[in-house]
Amino acid sequence: MFSNRLVNILIPIISVILGLLSGAFIMLIFGYNPIQGYAALWNGAFGDLYFLGETIRQVTPYILSGLAVAFAFRTGLFNIGVEGQVFMGWLASVWVGVSFEAPMIIHLPLAILAAALAGAAWGFVPGLLKAKLGVHEVIVTIMMNYIALYSANAIVRHVITDNADKTEQVAPTASLGSEWLEQLTYFSRLHYGFVVALFGALIMWFLLNKTVRGFELRSVGFNKDASHYAGMNVSRNIILSMVISGAFAGLAGAMEGIGTFGYYSVKSGFTNIGFDGIAVALLGGNAAIGVIFAAFLFGTLKIGALNMPTQAGVPTELVEIVIALIIFFVASSYMIRWLILRFKKEGK
Amino acid sequence: MDYVIEMLDIRKEFPGVVANNNVNLQVKQGEIHALLGENGAGKSTLMNVLFGLYQPEKGHIRVKGKEVHISNPNVANDLGIGMVHQHFMLIDTFTVTENIVLGSEPKKNATVDIRQAEKQVKELSEQYGLNVDPRAKIRDISVGMQQRVEILKTLYRGAEILILDEPTAVLTPPEIKELTEIMRSLVREGKSIILITHKLKEIMEVCDRCTVIRKGEGIDTLNVSDTNVTELASLMVGREVSFTSEKTPAEPKDKYLSVVDLHVKDSRGVEMVKGVNLDVHAGEIVGIAGVDGNGQTELIEAITGLRKSDSGSITIHGQNIANQTPRKVTESGISHIPQDRHKFGLVLDFPMRENMVLQTYYQNPFAKSGILNYKSISEKAKSLIEEYDVRTPSIFTHARSLSGGNQQKAIIGREIDRSPDLIVAAQPTRGLDVGAIEFIHNKLIEERGKGRAVLLLSFELDEIMNLSDRIAVMFDGEVVAETSPEDTDEQELGLLMAGSKQQQKEGDA
Ligand SMILES: Nc1ncnc2c1ncn2[C@@H]1O[C@H](COP(=O)(O)OP(=O)(O)O)[C@@H](O)[C@H]1O
Ligand SMILES: [Mg+2]
Repeated sequence: MFSNRLVNILIPIISVILGLLSGAFIMLIFGYNPIQGYAALWNGAFGDLYFLGETIRQVTPYILSGLAVAFAFRTGLFNIGVEGQVFMGWLASVWVGVSFEAPMIIHLPLAILAAALAGAAWGFVPGLLKAKLGVHEVIVTIMMNYIALYSANAIVRHVITDNADKTEQVAPTASLGSEWLEQLTYFSRLHYGFVVALFGALIMWFLLNKTVRGFELRSVGFNKDASHYAGMNVSRNIILSMVISGAFAGLAGAMEGIGTFGYYSVKSGFTNIGFDGIAVALLGGNAAIGVIFAAFLFGTLKIGALNMPTQAGVPTELVEIVIALIIFFVASSYMIRWLILRFKKEGK
Repeated sequence: MDYVIEMLDIRKEFPGVVANNNVNLQVKQGEIHALLGENGAGKSTLMNVLFGLYQPEKGHIRVKGKEVHISNPNVANDLGIGMVHQHFMLIDTFTVTENIVLGSEPKKNATVDIRQAEKQVKELSEQYGLNVDPRAKIRDISVGMQQRVEILKTLYRGAEILILDEPTAVLTPPEIKELTEIMRSLVREGKSIILITHKLKEIMEVCDRCTVIRKGEGIDTLNVSDTNVTELASLMVGREVSFTSEKTPAEPKDKYLSVVDLHVKDSRGVEMVKGVNLDVHAGEIVGIAGVDGNGQTELIEAITGLRKSDSGSITIHGQNIANQTPRKVTESGISHIPQDRHKFGLVLDFPMRENMVLQTYYQNPFAKSGILNYKSISEKAKSLIEEYDVRTPSIFTHARSLSGGNQQKAIIGREIDRSPDLIVAAQPTRGLDVGAIEFIHNKLIEERGKGRAVLLLSFELDEIMNLSDRIAVMFDGEVVAETSPEDTDEQELGLLMAGSKQQQKEGDA
C-alpha cells in the first residue's frame, strides 16, 4: 500500500501537520483564535510581494546551513559547528567586500569563494582531529563555535576597523543585493543569494549521488572498516566531509554578509542559523531536495510569525513553540513510522 | 511411550511467511532431541512457541501428557521449560549470581540475600560440572562461560526441559566439547534437552533422536542410531548434498604468494605472528589450520593490507606488498573474503548494487572522470547476483536485510569476479548451512582449477581437510607443521593445533 519512499515523504508532512495542530490547540488553550493566528502567519509570509521577498530571503541561509548539516549527516558525521562556520563565512565575504574594489565579475565570486573557504577551514580542524586522533567532532565543533564568535568580533574591532562595532558596507561590486529584486518586492531585502542556495543543493545532490567521491564519502559514513577494506582512504574522506560541510555553512554566512546585511557587526551571541540548520536537515530527511522544502517551511514560519502579534495578537513565543513542536514530531518520527506501518498492516 | 513434550500439528504465521506448518515434535524423558533445519527453516520460531513467546495459529501442546496453553514465558517456567536463546540475555555489569537470580532473588528481611544466592549457584554449578565463578562479572568472562550462566539461569528456575538454540554457533571447538559433556551430565540427572542446530556432526555425536524441519514444514523424526549424516543432510536440504567436494589432484604451478619471516603485532601491541614462512602456488589451495587466536587473523590482515607488519616480507609475483594500502594490495591481484563479513565485507546500509562494486567503483566502466555510471554498475550487480545465486528482492535492497548465506555469496561473487591471482578466504562458510557451504566450496575448487591460488583460513577441521591441497598448522604465531590431507587426519591436526610438535610425518611426506 505504501512504498518506503512514500513513507519517507509522509513522515515529515505528518510531523508538520501534527505540529500545526498542536500549535492550534495551544492557541485555543491560551484564548487565541487559531484560525486568525494562522491566517496572520500566512499573510505575514505570503500576504504581498514584500512579505514573499522577506520570506525567500530568510529561507536562503537556512537552505545552506541545512545542506551543511545534512551533508555531514549523510557521511556519518554530526556537524554542530555550522554556527561557527557561518560566522567565518560571513566575516570572510564582508572582508573581501570592504577591502578593495574590482569589477563585479571578479569581486562577487571572490567574496562568495572566500566565504566557502573560510567555512571549509573551520570544518577542516574538527575533521582533522577526528580523522587522525579520533576526537569526537561534536565536542570540537561546539568549542569551535565559541572561538569563531569571539575571534570574528576581535577581527572586526581590531583588524578590519579601528575599534568600531561594525564594518563598513561592502562595495556594490561584491554585493548580492539587487535594486530590481528590491523594487519588485516593495523594497524587501531580497537578494540573489537564493540562486547560490539552490545551486548549492544541486551540487550536494550531484556530489553525493553521482560521483566517485560521493560513493566514498557515503561508504565511509556508513562503515569505516569496510571502506578501509575496500581500499578507500578513510581519514581523507572524513576530513573532506567536514570541509565540504563547512563550505556550505560558510556560504550560508555569505548570504547574510554580502546579501541581507552587507556588513559584519560585533555579535553578543549566536544567530541560530547553524543550529536551525540541524532541524532543517532533520525535517528534510538529509536530502538536498528535502532541505529546500524544510528551509522554506522554517523561513515561512520565522517571517510569518512577525505578523502574528500585530494582526492576531498572538505572541511570537507561541510561534516558537509551534516550530519546536514540529521538530519534536520529526524527531519522534520513529513513532510516526510505527503508526504508518501499523496502519499499513491493518489495511491489508 | 512417555513424552515430556508433545507439540502436535503446529502452525505459526508471520505477515507474509508461514514459519511453521504441520510440525510435530515429541520429546522423550531424559533424551537429547535435535531440532535440525537450515537457516530460516523455523526452528527458533517453533521453540519460541513452546516457550510462550509466540502463540501458534493451530496445534496442541502437551507437557507430560497434559494439554497446556502456554500464554507467556512465565507459564513455560512453571511447567519446567527453560530456554537459552541464540542471543544471550545477560546484563554485562552484573555478576554471574546477580544475573542468575534476577527476578527470583532469595530474600532476607526485604533485602536480597546474595550470600545465599551465591551458595545456590555454586551448588548447581558443581552438580552439573559447569565450573562457573558465581562472583565474576559477565563482561569479564568468555562467551562459552556466559552460555553456561544462561543454562544455570534455567536450572535455577527449576527447568526440567532445556531448549538450547544453536548453542555451538558461538563456541570454539574445545568449548563445544565441554558443552557436550555438560549436556550429557544434564540428561544423567534426568533433564531433557532440545538442541537446535544445523551442524550434523554434533547431532550424530550427542543426540538420541532428531526432528527435521524444512521451510517451516515438519519432515520427519528419526533415531540417530538408525541414520547417517548424508540422510540427515538430504532431509534438511531436500536434495542430495555432497560433503567431500569432488577434487582432482592439484597441479601447483608458479609461486604466487610468498611470505618470509613475517612478524605482526595485534592492536594491543602483542606480537601475534612470530616469523611465519608460507608459499602459495597457482592452482593450489593452502589451508591454515589452528585454534582461533594463534595469529591466523593477524597474518591474513597483514597479507591483505589491513594491518601493518613489523618485519619480514610479503610478495606477490615477486612484488613486495607488505605495509601497502588495501587498495594497492587489491590492485596487485589479491581478493579477500574477510572473516567478519558485517564489519569488513559489506557496507550493510548500502544497496546490493553499491556493494557489488565496493572495490571497483572508481574503475572503468563503473566510473569515468570521477562520475559514476550507474547503468554499468547495475548491470554488473545484476549479473553477479544471478551467477552466484544471491537471493535478494532487487539490487536496491540493502545488504543488511539479506540472510547471512546470501551476503556471503555476494561477497564471494564480487571477490572472484575480479579475476584475482590469489584469493584469501577467511572462514568463508562460518555460520552458513550445508547448501551454501557446498556452493562456496565448489566455487573455491573451481577457481583453483582455473589456476588461481587460494589461501584458506578456517577453524573447522572438516573444511581444512576437505578443501586443502596443503595444510599449514599455526600455533602461537608460528607455522608449526606443514602437511597435506593425505598424510594426516583430524586427530593429528588437533594435536598439532594444541601445540604438541609431532612433526614426524613431515620427513616422509
Ligand atoms: N518475529 C518475526 N517476524 C516476522 N518473520 C519472522 C519472525 N521471526 C522469524 N520470522 C521468519 O520466519 C522464518 C523462520 O525463522 P526462524 O524460526 O528464526 O528460523 P531458524 O531459527 O530455523 O533459522 C524466517 O523466514 C524468518 O524470516
Ligand atoms: Mg534460529
